Amino acid sequence: MDNKVILEIKNLSKVYESKGIRVKALTDVTLTVNQGETVGIVGESGCGKTTLGRCVARGIEATSGQVLFHTEEDGVIDFLKATKAQMKKYRRDIQMIFQDPYASLDPRMTVFDIISEPLRYNTKMNKRQIEQAADRIAEQVGLNKAYLRRYPHAFSGGQRQRIGIARSLILQPKVIVCDEAVSALDVSIQAQIINLLEDLQKEYNLTYLFISHALSVVKHISDRVLVMYLGRVVEFGETDALFENPMHPYTKALLSAVPQPDPDVTMKRVVLQGEVPSPAAPPSGCHFHPRCAYKTERCTQEAPPLEEHDGRFVACWNCGVCSAKEKGAE
Amino acid sequence: MAETKKRDNKYYYASQWSLMWRKFRRHKLAMAATWLLLVFYTVAILGNFIAPQGTEQYDGNYVNCGPTKIHWFHEGEFIGPFVYGLEVDRDPETLMRIFVEDESQIYPIRFFVQGDEGGEYKWFGLIPSNLHLFGVDEGGKIFLFGTDSMGRDLFSRVILGAQISMFIPIVGMLLTLVLGLIMGSLAGYIGGWVDTVIQRIIEVVRSFPQVPLWMALSAAIPKTLKPAQVFMMMTLILSLISWPDLARTVRSKFISVKKEDYIMAARISGAPPLKIVTKHMIPSFTSYIIVNMTMSIPGLIMGETTLSFLGLGLRSPATSWGVLLQETNKLETIMFYPWRLIPMIFVFLTVLAFNFMGDGLRDAADPYK
Repeated sequence: MDNKVILEIKNLSKVYESKGIRVKALTDVTLTVNQGETVGIVGESGCGKTTLGRCVARGIEATSGQVLFHTEEDGVIDFLKATKAQMKKYRRDIQMIFQDPYASLDPRMTVFDIISEPLRYNTKMNKRQIEQAADRIAEQVGLNKAYLRRYPHAFSGGQRQRIGIARSLILQPKVIVCDEAVSALDVSIQAQIINLLEDLQKEYNLTYLFISHALSVVKHISDRVLVMYLGRVVEFGETDALFENPMHPYTKALLSAVPQPDPDVTMKRVVLQGEVPSPAAPPSGCHFHPRCAYKTERCTQEAPPLEEHDGRFVACWNCGVCSAKEKGAE
Repeated sequence: MAETKKRDNKYYYASQWSLMWRKFRRHKLAMAATWLLLVFYTVAILGNFIAPQGTEQYDGNYVNCGPTKIHWFHEGEFIGPFVYGLEVDRDPETLMRIFVEDESQIYPIRFFVQGDEGGEYKWFGLIPSNLHLFGVDEGGKIFLFGTDSMGRDLFSRVILGAQISMFIPIVGMLLTLVLGLIMGSLAGYIGGWVDTVIQRIIEVVRSFPQVPLWMALSAAIPKTLKPAQVFMMMTLILSLISWPDLARTVRSKFISVKKEDYIMAARISGAPPLKIVTKHMIPSFTSYIIVNMTMSIPGLIMGETTLSFLGLGLRSPATSWGVLLQETNKLETIMFYPWRLIPMIFVFLTVLAFNFMGDGLRDAADPYK
């Protein structure tokens, strides 16, 4: 991996407002993504991972912040505030795979129309070229091209997800946001789709933002992992190091929930107290403090910034304290 | 094996509309209703040809005459369909005028005959003609549903009335569709204060009691208008009152489909907003709009009938089912001339058929559920 930065997400925030209730779905999310790598984004339901993905791909509009996209010809552009001409040129570079393979395909269009729709808006290909491109991409994602004239209702979940992948891939994007791309599928199908995604990544040097709540999948596929809690980044670092030695107390609790396939390994589970607070009324200071066993006075008042510790980004005032305490206890 | 495979393939390649058709076809009652409506509309369109008389023909000698009996055998001998001549008589008890068959006169029913004077019409408003589907020779009379108090053939009037009563709703529905679509899409797609304003207008329109509102609006129609103009005004009135339902459906569909994943997928793939609306959003609820429109037709038929019954719509000699029913609003008419209520059967059948068809369409409307 050449560590060439492709995407810089800076202070991305998203606020939903309805009838006087403000919900901060994302607060100042910052991360950089290198070309060709897979960044896993994990966290429990409602932590903002899907919102993050959708804001980056501009499926929804972020409230503030930047998504800096490093292009070869035009240097760095802010994807969120791109001009019409820039959008026309670079829209195709950031695409998305959706979680629900049933809801994300228009049931009234044939598979061919679904797959080729992006081409119609982004290229000037003629009918024959579009057909050839669709055939090629169908073959690549493992769809029988004889089935292209069928409608989505003729396909199973795994096949539908392949259709979704073909649609996001046909524009040859640089970055793909995989929003829970395999969560809705059977385990055996999950493996097939993950292998497919990995093969495609190798072939096209794709960059993935891999959003998932399935930690084992994230561990397998990601180069780096971003952990989110209630709209904020709590920890970001290399996958192996992060799984080996989580630094943030929330990450510790989250990782200890991963089931172990080996029955001989006894696990020490960190069980969190209480519920996830509502994002409409988040706690003061560090969002995690009401459930944290190591909280101090400062945690209740000030939100900790995301700071680098040994090549890892952690947002905690007492970074390392919990690990030290655990070691002491042993 | 090969048979099932062929069937599966047909299913896999089936578009939304063919899936809907498969489902609709299985709804027996809806299919029967559809056929009935097809027959009714065909008859109404060919009304001038099928009806033996025109709207302005009458015969003072045959007032309140009961339905004519059609015979096949004369004194045990088969001679095909015919009617006997009619003679006026007095009921010995009530002294009312009654008609008795004169078995010495035989008038065979003839097909494709030239009608009497006054029965002229133009095919599709263009080619003048006086050809009628059936009739009897000079001197004989055939009144399938009897006659009214002016000696007009009720069968002809029911058919010619259908032209008004079955087409006002269609035109009214189209106007409703235009109004409802525009208001509903504005409210649903733009949202915000536009939505609020339209919602309040809908609530105001819906909270008016219908009949008094109809009466007020009809009172505004000048009495001197020609039937065709009255017709237009009536459709306008009916659609002004019935658009809110459709507008609400369209609005809610817009709001719900806006959040669908495939809409976001289209946006991410670079589709411009207009394309998203026309290619993804509107097709997703076209079927619901069709259902809604079908279900709104019975209301419009009843509306036309009610208006005319109240004497606020068309007036004789212009004919609609409402006009025909309005003429029966005396107790003695119902007591002595029950055949005058035949138009009611047709109102009933049509409304019922539309409801059944709408039912079938609703079940078929979303084949993906």
